[in-house]
Amino acid sequence: MKEELFVSGRNIPNIDPYLNIWHWQIPIYLFLGGLAAGILFFAGVFTILGKEHKMQATVKKAPMIVPFALIFGLFMLFLDLKHKLYFWQLYTTIRLESPMGWGAWVLMIMTPISIIWAASYVRELFPKWDWKFKFLYTFEAWVIRNRKIIAWPMAIYAVILGIYTGILLSAFNARPLWNTAILGPLFLVSGMSTGAATIIMMSKDHKERKIMGRIDILLIIIELFFIVHLFMGFLAGPEVQIDAANLFLGGRFTAPFFAFVVMLGLIFPVVLEILELNGFKVPIYIPAILVLIGGLVFRFLMVEAGQITRYLY
Amino acid sequence: MHSRRNFIKISSIGIGATAITGGAIKWAIGASSSQKLSGGLKSSPVWKKVPTYCEVCFWKCAGWAYVTEDGQIQKIIGNNDDPQCNGRLCPRGTGGVGMFSDPDRLKTPLIRVSKDGEQTYREASWDEALDFIAKKMKEIAEKHGPESMALFNHGSSGKYFTHLLNAFGSNNVAAPSFAQCRGPRDTGFDLTFGESVSSPEVTDIRDTRCLVLIGSHIGENMHNGQVQEMSEAIDKGAVIITVDPRLSTAASKSKYWLPIKPSTDLALLLSWIHVLIYDDIYNKEYVAKYAEGFNELKEHVKDYTPEWAYGITTLKPELIRNTAREMANAAPSVLIHPGRHASWYGDDVQRSRAIAILNGLLGSWGNRGGLFFKEGFKIPEFPHPEYPKPTWSWQNTLNGRYPFAKEAVTNTIIEASIPEDGKEHQIKGWIVSGTNLVVSIPLKEQLMKAMQSLDLLVVVDTMPMEITGFADVVLPECTYLERYDDLRATAHREPTLALRMPAVEPLYETKPAWWISKQIGERLGLGAYYNYTDFKEVLEWQLKQVDLSLNEMERVGVKKFARKTPVYIQPGLDHQFKTASGKIQLFSHELEGAGFDPMPKYTAHAQPEDGFYRLIYGRAPMHTFSRTANNRNLVALMPENAVWVNPQVAELWGLKKDQYVWLKNQDGVVSNFPVKVRVTQRIRWDSVYIVHGFGHHHKPLTYAFGRGVNDTELITSIKIDPIMGGTGMRGNFVTFIKDKPRQEAKS
Amino acid sequence: MRYAMAIDTRKCVGCSDCVVACQTENNVPVGFCRDWVVEVVDGTYPNVSIELRSERCNHCDNSPCVRCCPTGASHFEDGGIVLVEHSKCIGCGACIEACPYDARYSHPEGYVDKCTFCIHRVRQGLDPACVSVCPTKCMNFGDLDDPNSKIVNVLKNRKFKSLAPEAGTKPQIFYLV
Repeated sequence: MKEELFVSGRNIPNIDPYLNIWHWQIPIYLFLGGLAAGILFFAGVFTILGKEHKMQATVKKAPMIVPFALIFGLFMLFLDLKHKLYFWQLYTTIRLESPMGWGAWVLMIMTPISIIWAASYVRELFPKWDWKFKFLYTFEAWVIRNRKIIAWPMAIYAVILGIYTGILLSAFNARPLWNTAILGPLFLVSGMSTGAATIIMMSKDHKERKIMGRIDILLIIIELFFIVHLFMGFLAGPEVQIDAANLFLGGRFTAPFFAFVVMLGLIFPVVLEILELNGFKVPIYIPAILVLIGGLVFRFLMVEAGQITRYLY
Repeated sequence: MHSRRNFIKISSIGIGATAITGGAIKWAIGASSSQKLSGGLKSSPVWKKVPTYCEVCFWKCAGWAYVTEDGQIQKIIGNNDDPQCNGRLCPRGTGGVGMFSDPDRLKTPLIRVSKDGEQTYREASWDEALDFIAKKMKEIAEKHGPESMALFNHGSSGKYFTHLLNAFGSNNVAAPSFAQCRGPRDTGFDLTFGESVSSPEVTDIRDTRCLVLIGSHIGENMHNGQVQEMSEAIDKGAVIITVDPRLSTAASKSKYWLPIKPSTDLALLLSWIHVLIYDDIYNKEYVAKYAEGFNELKEHVKDYTPEWAYGITTLKPELIRNTAREMANAAPSVLIHPGRHASWYGDDVQRSRAIAILNGLLGSWGNRGGLFFKEGFKIPEFPHPEYPKPTWSWQNTLNGRYPFAKEAVTNTIIEASIPEDGKEHQIKGWIVSGTNLVVSIPLKEQLMKAMQSLDLLVVVDTMPMEITGFADVVLPECTYLERYDDLRATAHREPTLALRMPAVEPLYETKPAWWISKQIGERLGLGAYYNYTDFKEVLEWQLKQVDLSLNEMERVGVKKFARKTPVYIQPGLDHQFKTASGKIQLFSHELEGAGFDPMPKYTAHAQPEDGFYRLIYGRAPMHTFSRTANNRNLVALMPENAVWVNPQVAELWGLKKDQYVWLKNQDGVVSNFPVKVRVTQRIRWDSVYIVHGFGHHHKPLTYAFGRGVNDTELITSIKIDPIMGGTGMRGNFVTFIKDKPRQEAKS
Repeated sequence: MRYAMAIDTRKCVGCSDCVVACQTENNVPVGFCRDWVVEVVDGTYPNVSIELRSERCNHCDNSPCVRCCPTGASHFEDGGIVLVEHSKCIGCGACIEACPYDARYSHPEGYVDKCTFCIHRVRQGLDPACVSVCPTKCMNFGDLDDPNSKIVNVLKNRKFKSLAPEAGTKPQIFYLV
């Protein structure tokens, strides 16, 4: 029987008894990042495939919210900083080994691209919009001409953004719950799924919804597969990872995880969407909102539980 | 009965709010305000380095206080030239800055007044407070005689009030450290070797080949020099044998840990003596040369075999024999540590005698690795007129009891303060300096009764400890970092002199004890005894007498001198012990003459009932008694104590780690506050362990109030040692109460 | 030049002097600490043993905190000492998450703080505050690349271990057992 204690009364705020440095700002940021990545990915891919006219919401409407999502996400990140006055230091260096740094720079690239993409469709959706300056009209025309070319880097960066939200956590191998390579793909797929859900909600075209619905079903199934794989990996790993997994398999995160993430966030929506595709009338918003809630709760749980897990003590 | 002295529970009556002098206090908790103080990557500002010696415990390590440009004390570092600490202070010394910056410090003199039927304190000026005290003391002297003033003291400040009372005409000065702590040990060794082991102890741990700790938890008690030397001994491969019912820190570093059943130590000691004698492995040469009474001792321990001891102590006979052999192998470089807090069961002088006898049989006294001869540097006393001879003193309060008490016994002086018809020697006034009587003295009822009957109770302290709630006048003393004091001339391995000088001016309205004593003395017409204006003059005079200067001492802090006497018994030379016969008394004629056992006998002590566990208390290295429980730097290390419970007991009671429980003792006393549970394998199933010094119930100690549990309130069964009056406190047992008990009305 | 520490658990008594000394030397706000003492109890009464360790940032060779810092505020200085440059730190907390020893904390002034091996003292040829105050002298600090240093000697003659080696960080604090 081992008894471990701090003899010197260590009780640092936010570090003891459990690490709690990242609060609600980070999960929201990760969620919005994943959402943006998903939407932009689909926008880019369908543009490349030449299907813009068939996938109006995907390519035109949904990307409208992406700039706001990204900027809001960045603002969340800023709120999380504890030395706020120095935030600009983030952009004075490129550090290839730091995932936090990647995040800063990838967002630096994605945000303008998303703004440009969304801006190029503004006058289609809001005919009364006036750019006021001539050079903006010129720029808009250029963008519209080169959409297919822009779509390529946008899709690729969208994938990078999606994977990055997972790699950000998995780079911290000091936290056993995050020390797994599957987090990157998992968060990417989750992000794409939330993106698809948003698109489904925003689309008025039945055919488009059907296509995105099928894609979403596939994504959810892949996501479930990844989650099973995630836990199998933990349970076959070192003791600290088994303990980490047990937080979700009998520990205090079991109920919220299985209720909100697995049942409500993944299984229910996929069942509802399959039923819908087979002709049953299901209000379209229900599975979409469930997917979004599931994605958000999943990130909250991962960030909080990850900080609880540790190697020592 | 009308209690005339209510315990004043003040949360804040604006104490010191109006009286902050000496600069504002920028005390950083959380927000560190001074960037330039960052010892980090920026270059350090020019600091003043002031020599001082620590007052957080009796070891008095010399050090340097680093003062910043804006009058803050940044840090305190040990003085490299001081053999007491070798340049390294203990955590309490390093945390002494917290004593200085404590926001709850006493700031102004306080006088007890009655306001709307309630008793409270009001702030007073020094003149007012001192006039009041002088007036009262004069009254007491007129009505009852100056001998009726008594002093309870602990620490450097006591000297000045002893001087005051001596000049006034009283010898009634008591230090709780005698009857409540080291008294039995000093008496036991005195009866055996002719002198006590002193304070700091003359233990040669550095060079010992076998260190036996029985009743000593070095490493948890932070006697700086001893902890340092034990570490050196470990490096040199010394064998450490620890006898403790608990796996103490020292026990965890020992080759042998004897997990003894509590209260049976004498049985073990006697069986060790038996093995040494009957296996013929004692130090024959030494005993033949220096000891007498061997044959009586041999006859006396005839039946105290290890097998007999096994039945009592639960220690296996081979273990007892093996450890005895280790001791004998290492002799004379072996040390059975005399311990320090020795007042356990009422037969403590006899137990200390057994330890002394064991040392005597092994030849450790006067040999390297055992107990050395101390030497100090003689500093002449500042001239003053001869003290008047008191007509009676503390010996008279003994009333024939405790014949071997060489120092005042606190409880007899307290007893003498309770008025009784026809009582001859009555104490009517107390000065209490540097000791929190309410927490340190057992037999609380007697203490309370005494305090209620006094004509005058003056408390001099730096912090609003519980005792201040009973005072008529509270005098705020400044900390050791803000004053001059006597030169430290402790006798130890090397004679040294250490200087204490103020690092900063006293904060608030606080004053040094020498000043307080002088002010009172002058008001009593005793100005002749204080023939100086500033204590600095005393130091300058003293240093001049020995061809030194204050300037030099301020520069170096510590001065070492060559010894003039040998530190060990010289080979080939004889040695006279300070006993009447000049030899070690294995058989004590003195004790026999007074009607006590001339050699220690084993007596069984009370055992806990079912469901009760023996209350064992001890120390933690980051705290000094109850003194540091409010020190922010040190409470960050240990904010409260915890009760150690064996896992089997915890399971029985359904106790979990970090759960809070109340403790109730065998007399039905329930602890004021709940205490945290620590479930640990380090403690026996029949005992619980608590670190002493927590559970403060005086609100002005804003941090310490209500944290942890006070062990002394659960110590109600006292066994008094008839030989010198020591109060044995380890015979108390507690049980657990998990739900909050109904609060009983406290008087 | 590679600075490291070797701490003798056989001699440490858990007095926590190292914690207070660091606090007064480096102005660590009360309530926070750059180093701490851990006690591990093993066994069943009376076959019990304890280990006492003074822990702090391990100034790892393969430090994850330096690697993950987005601004370069966490960096290596003389002898491999890991430091945080306050004016570059944005307080993102990545390094705190990255440290398997939980050695870092968020200072009330906003930046991330931790043990600095008292580099300001080391540069003057002194030992870090904790090492120089320890009453049991159980702490050794020195240059692993100096064959004559005490630390190299002590590591040659004693068995030692480091914390969480499986984390792969190559910590530079060694515990003599």
